[in-house]
Amino acid sequence: MAISVRIPTILRTYTGGSSEVTAAGSTLTEVLDDLEANHPGIRARVLDDAGEIRRFVNVYVGNDDVRFLDGLSTPTADGAQISIIPAVAGGC
Amino acid sequence: MSTITETTVETATQHGIREGAFGNATALSCRECGATAPLGPHYACPECFGPLEVSYDFPAVTREQIAAGPRNIWRYKALLPVPSDIESSPNTEPGFTRLLRADNLGRELGIDTLWVKDDSTNPTNSFKDRVVACALSAAREFGSRVFACPSTGNLANAVAAAGARAGIKTVVFIPSNLEKPKQVNSAVYTDSLVAVDGNYDDVNRLASEIAGEEEGWAFVNVNVRPYYAEGSKTLGYEIAEQLGWRLPDQVVIPVASGSQLTKVHKAFGELIKLGLVEDKPYKVYGAQATGCSPVSTAYKAGVDAIRPVKPDTIAKSLAIGNPADGIYVLDICRQTGGAVEDVTDDEVRAGILLLARNEGIFTETAGGTTVACLKKLVETGQLDPTLETVVINTGMGLKTLDAVADQVGAAATIAPTYDAFRATGIA
Ligand SMILES: Cc1ncc(COP(=O)(O)O)c(C=O)c1O
Repeated sequence: MAISVRIPTILRTYTGGSSEVTAAGSTLTEVLDDLEANHPGIRARVLDDAGEIRRFVNVYVGNDDVRFLDGLSTPTADGAQISIIPAVAGGC
Repeated sequence: MSTITETTVETATQHGIREGAFGNATALSCRECGATAPLGPHYACPECFGPLEVSYDFPAVTREQIAAGPRNIWRYKALLPVPSDIESSPNTEPGFTRLLRADNLGRELGIDTLWVKDDSTNPTNSFKDRVVACALSAAREFGSRVFACPSTGNLANAVAAAGARAGIKTVVFIPSNLEKPKQVNSAVYTDSLVAVDGNYDDVNRLASEIAGEEEGWAFVNVNVRPYYAEGSKTLGYEIAEQLGWRLPDQVVIPVASGSQLTKVHKAFGELIKLGLVEDKPYKVYGAQATGCSPVSTAYKAGVDAIRPVKPDTIAKSLAIGNPADGIYVLDICRQTGGAVEDVTDDEVRAGILLLARNEGIFTETAGGTTVACLKKLVETGQLDPTLETVVINTGMGLKTLDAVADQVGAAATIAPTYDAFRATGIA
């Protein structure tokens, strides 16, 4: 079983328009590497030059923001659902 | 027709937007990297995901032109991303709320000159009517079918009411544990109030996902956020105009996502740039509840990064654990010489009573937080009590009655006789 990754609209140019793709890896870092192998360019949009998750990107494994878990080292079990979502600046 | 005009028309039609739909706004630009995008239902920078903001080519605007406008936010329409005929479309016409001299509260806190900007008198009793009015205009121009938001309550009230008046379907998403009055205040205007089991950050995430999938939905604080956020500038414009076209020395503002504080600062800067007020230094202070104080925590630690938190406070309208504009709040408060402070839930309750019993204004928990932070800022020497200060009340106390219901009540229950009354000692 693979890991499914939900792709936000502004990254769908890298996935041929798909809103959801599958990837492999046992940590978030490995999943991003695998995504990059299949959809070149996507990793640099999610990570900044220092290799950290960009300030205005939220990444969730299951229902949890990885900032509350182990960040890029967060384990990604088989069948996990990952969501990449632009942070929404403003208003509640 | 000149070439320039032809190009403008072409660009506008390319995106299916009528000419002048966004007034003097020219483009969207990224606050982080400066990349630009055409005016459209976009909110995240295509390069770095940073927040897109509306940029303008302002014409010369005079105080007289503004003063001749209606007594609502449309008096500032030249400075907002709305068409010049905005008043002809049904909206809730928020704004031009009272700026009250607060001498009693000032005396109590030891502040020489204190004003309360009371935004609880807007149509749905919070400052959110301002932002929603601008978002509605954008939604209309984009031809959206549905008007929606994730909300901590006040925004849902404002969206539901404005949508009803505009005759557009509304869907509002709230955390299921929200204060009952805020739920009722939305549900009376819409049959599509969706309560989500989770906190605001969960609701916000869900809304972002829906916004990415559903065509024709205008989420006021997601995909039309750049237009929405501009509405908050009117709070800053009004403060300056009501002070007789000058800026206060200090202003204290509640912080959840941080959008409102950021926009009041933007408004002051624009007024200076346009020559509508004299350039002068002013300090901006942010107020949070300790149970959800990621920005205050970062401020006090002297760091730039904000660590998200899981909120636990009675100030539910300020309960955003992952505030996307938080870093800008930090920058503004530091640059202007202000600060970010936080107070406990007990102090929030005391803040509500302090404002009510000194000025006759019943604020909700957000205002209780702000007044309590003002008090703490004075006590800790962070705010100079000899400088002219404005504190913003963003919402109405009837929506969060439970916060103080146990603290106040009848001083005595007596028989209907004069003797019984005398016995209370109140006379
Ligand atoms: C009454 C009240 N005050 C202040 C705020 C904070 O606004 P912002 O998210 O722009 O910081 C909110 C947000 O919902 C609110 O409802």
